Amino acid sequence: MLQDYLNDYWPIAILLLLTTLLGIVAIGLGYLFGPRRSNKRKNAPYESGMSPIGPGTRQLPVKFYIVAVLFILFDIEVVFLLPWAVIFKKFVDEGLGNFVLIEMIIFLGILLVGYVYAWKKGAFEWD
Amino acid sequence: MNETLAFILEWVIKGAVLIAILLTGFAYTTYFERRFLARIQIRVGPNRAGPFGLLQPVADGIKLIFKEEVEPAEAYRFAFLLAPVMTMVPAVVIMAVIPWGDKVVMFGREIALAVTDLNVGVLYLLSIASISVYGIVLAGWSSNNKYAMMGGIRSTAQMISYELALGLSFVPPILLAGSLSMSEIIQGQQSSAWYIVYAPLAAIVCFIALLAEVNRAPFDMVEAEQELVAGYVTEYSGMKFALFFMGEYIKMAAVSAIFATMFLGGFDGPGVDTYAWLGPIYLFLKIFGLLGLMIWIRATLPRLRYDRLMAFGWKVLIPIALLNVFITAALIVGLGI
Repeated sequence: MLQDYLNDYWPIAILLLLTTLLGIVAIGLGYLFGPRRSNKRKNAPYESGMSPIGPGTRQLPVKFYIVAVLFILFDIEVVFLLPWAVIFKKFVDEGLGNFVLIEMIIFLGILLVGYVYAWKKGAFEWD
Repeated sequence: MNETLAFILEWVIKGAVLIAILLTGFAYTTYFERRFLARIQIRVGPNRAGPFGLLQPVADGIKLIFKEEVEPAEAYRFAFLLAPVMTMVPAVVIMAVIPWGDKVVMFGREIALAVTDLNVGVLYLLSIASISVYGIVLAGWSSNNKYAMMGGIRSTAQMISYELALGLSFVPPILLAGSLSMSEIIQGQQSSAWYIVYAPLAAIVCFIALLAEVNRAPFDMVEAEQELVAGYVTEYSGMKFALFFMGEYIKMAAVSAIFATMFLGGFDGPGVDTYAWLGPIYLFLKIFGLLGLMIWIRATLPRLRYDRLMAFGWKVLIPIALLNVFITAALIVGLGI
């Protein structure tokens, strides 16, 4: 049983290995054949030809963190929707279609409140 | 023991064949894009290397191998090297669950024309698609460059925003098929009709979200050179740049295959029941058509402004996708599809 289950995943592991190898070989080829004539100017961070000012990684607008947090919330919602979608037809066949549909509407209705709140708070505005 | 060896050999061959197909496909997608774009813009396009310029991808590859690899002095070296590989690998690995055809008998064994057939195929697609975001974040951060950082963060925010709409637009096909397995979704389409007929809205949302997921026009913030130079690839050159390029084009083919499988019946087509080998040909034609559509869109539409792009994803696509889930569910309850 476990063996059969793992047999579905071994090919992916092998594919992963082969692809990583390909990536390493590609980078290796560049190192092997490419010239290397570096100097201080060339290795400086690119800033449209000007001398770089300050550090390259600095603070980011907080907007991006809000998007990340919202993403996690709504992604979990999608993850909840998937198993519901899988068993939906079985419930419909047993005549419980309306029941599972309304259940999910209630669940998403609660989430919708959060969505409207985020919208009103301006989480989706970018200016 | 012999059985195990045969299995391992089968997996390695399947993986190697998939990689070989994708690499060739990648090379000729770039050629196809340049020629097709040129034709739309009433130009000729690359036509010097070989007949009709068919050796152009080879020439490009060789050129990139012999290019100097500039490594910015302030870059975080390990992450800087890791990022291109992390972008390219998920693009290839995502193709593992796409079935290319029915089972065929080869060398006295019954071989399924897919690297693997997971019972959680759709979940696998979504998770691997998310992993490719890491490559972009790492590239943007490890370059230690302001343009790269901004480009990386913007692309990331865009990708995760559109991923929600993408996930939601996968729900109607799952509802209709009652399964997360790619092969069962195709069987469902063979026994009824292609799901684009039942869920056209989901198909449109899915296609838009996929365009954003692969950073293609009109969502190609990375290539907004007026503001970001080249986004997260600003500091990359030579083969490392080639890997990003490879990742982008292979992912284009991969998302075309995903769209074809979810909404256009995958390898389904007339006569595929009697001749199993027609399956890969049909799937290839569908992928080719979708790639052509993507390039056509790139030639037609201007790039969206970043705030509009995010607003469109959050305020338009997600509500539509969510609504469409319920329309499909209500149709199943009401009409018993």
